[in-house]
Amino acid sequence: MSKKKLRVSMTTRRAINGYMFIMPWLIGFICFYVICIIMTVRFSLSELTVLPTGGYSTKFVGLDNFIYAFRVHPSFKQTFVTSMGNMIIDVPLIIFFSLFMAIMLNRKFKGRGLVRAIFFLPVILGADAIADAMQRSMALMNGGLTTMSSEMSTAVSGGMSIAYYMEIFSDLAIPSQVLEYLVGAINRISDIISASGVQIIIFIAALQSIPGSLYEVAHIEGATAYETFWKVTFPMVTPHIITNLVYTIVFRFLDSEVVNLAYTTTFTERNYGLGAVFSLVGTAAVCLLLVIVVGLIQKRTFYYN
Amino acid sequence: MKTNLVSQWKAFKASPVYEDKKSGLARGGKSVLMTIFRIVLLVGISYVILAPVIGIVTSSFFSDSDQYNPMVFTIPINPTFERYEKAFEHLKYLKTTGFTVLYTVTLTAIQVFICSMVGYGFARFNFPLKKLLFGCVVVMIVLPVHTIMLPLYVTFRNFDPLGIMSLIKGNPQNLLGTPWPMYIMTVLGCGLRSGLYIYIFNQFFRGLPKEIEGAAFVDGAGTLYTYFRIMLVNAMPAVVTVLVFSLVWQYNDTFYGNLFNISTDLLISKRIATLSDTVSNVEKIYDPNILKLYMNAGIVMIMSPIVLMYLLLQRQFIEGVERSGIVG
Repeated sequence: MSKKKLRVSMTTRRAINGYMFIMPWLIGFICFYVICIIMTVRFSLSELTVLPTGGYSTKFVGLDNFIYAFRVHPSFKQTFVTSMGNMIIDVPLIIFFSLFMAIMLNRKFKGRGLVRAIFFLPVILGADAIADAMQRSMALMNGGLTTMSSEMSTAVSGGMSIAYYMEIFSDLAIPSQVLEYLVGAINRISDIISASGVQIIIFIAALQSIPGSLYEVAHIEGATAYETFWKVTFPMVTPHIITNLVYTIVFRFLDSEVVNLAYTTTFTERNYGLGAVFSLVGTAAVCLLLVIVVGLIQKRTFYYN
Repeated sequence: MKTNLVSQWKAFKASPVYEDKKSGLARGGKSVLMTIFRIVLLVGISYVILAPVIGIVTSSFFSDSDQYNPMVFTIPINPTFERYEKAFEHLKYLKTTGFTVLYTVTLTAIQVFICSMVGYGFARFNFPLKKLLFGCVVVMIVLPVHTIMLPLYVTFRNFDPLGIMSLIKGNPQNLLGTPWPMYIMTVLGCGLRSGLYIYIFNQFFRGLPKEIEGAAFVDGAGTLYTYFRIMLVNAMPAVVTVLVFSLVWQYNDTFYGNLFNISTDLLISKRIATLSDTVSNVEKIYDPNILKLYMNAGIVMIMSPIVLMYLLLQRQFIEGVERSGIVG
């Protein structure tokens, strides 16, 4: 018996070890996700009514919910397309901005710890409980005299100046599409900054894990800073660009109007079937987008092996 | 005279000293410009991030008269600690934060342990169906959790794994109202954003050189030893990254807290949501402008432990990176 065990090939043993490592997750995934996703798919194919006793009953209606979502529902298609479009515009901006900031924050300068702490704040402020509390506090503010006046004045001056600069730039004959994209990007700048806290941290960790010897070699060989960036830093960071892309796409989606719509449909309008359809369609679309994006980049990714 | 000067200048221009000075000047000018550019950029962006925080912190010291004085901007004239005292009392701050921190830290430890293991399994071993299973990890990240909210609720309402519970007690266990559902899900790698952490660990382990493991194997280290003593130590940046994220998100989580109906005495993130109502009912304050100040004090108070944790971990982060074997 023991002899037989010894004859198990290296590959098989590695495979068994691999399964051992992912075992806890595999059990959890099957117990929670697979079963729950099957239940959700069943909801999406049926009409669900909550019974007064606390349980629920389902009635199979086939693809009715899907047909309703795409043919009849007044806002689903539009919301879906807009949020996907916004995502495609925002994601590259966030990735470039966060890589740029991470490189800047990775240099040695006075007060680096403080600046890094500040850049981490959006992650805390954007998290569930604190974001909720801040929104509540904002909501309480409505009707306040002082705040109203100050808000109005900033709104007026802000609007004025942007129109003014728009005019200057259009006098310079910059194409209006480019101008609109830029103005849109600037208008969303605080949004983009607050959305890139996590990405900056992942990039900093990635930059820290690049072996110093590579830079030494590049320096000795006489590479300029520009060359060093493109030949050393960038290739070493590419695996983490994928991580960040996945993260950004997913969490932009989870914040988007589609998910919001699914949530309100499910829990405010109590239409569980339709809500399940919205969620499933959104998830499928994002998975498709991820497969395309990651597939395109993975080929050009450099793994240090 | 004139020709003399010109010829001198030409001689100087041709000499290597001139080239040196020119490039030195240019470089100096460039670096000064770069420094100014960097400072302007960092200060500007920091301001964009900090502006709302500064507003919240300073306004939490406003007294009633400051709030209605149109001349008061940011800095209060009659600062008061009253907001903090009341918020402290109504949040039951010490007790609730104590529980929350314990809950958060234990869950984070489990997250790091389980997710790093799974990430390592995916990064370094070849087994059948690997691509499909990793696709499942991605599905787990992408799927909005409230899609599976109702089934999860039902699962833990009648918790009965393989019929064991009903075999022992005769009926399925109701785990709602306790923190156990969260622990069970986290141990099985399905906790709050576990998919993302698995993904991060996977990318990190894939980025590490294979030679380290090869050396360990040649020296006769077993799989577990290699993983714990060699790979995990080298993945320190990833460990700290996940640690920080998990702490922040677990601490702030309201979704699972609400879904599993965990008591407000246990979770500060749920308690803050009721703060303004509690204050208005107990203290008989109905002016929303004043209530907002209590709310701001509460926000500062629930934010401070997590900011503190981050500041502490940041130093660890940098040290951990320098100590591990991968840098130089």
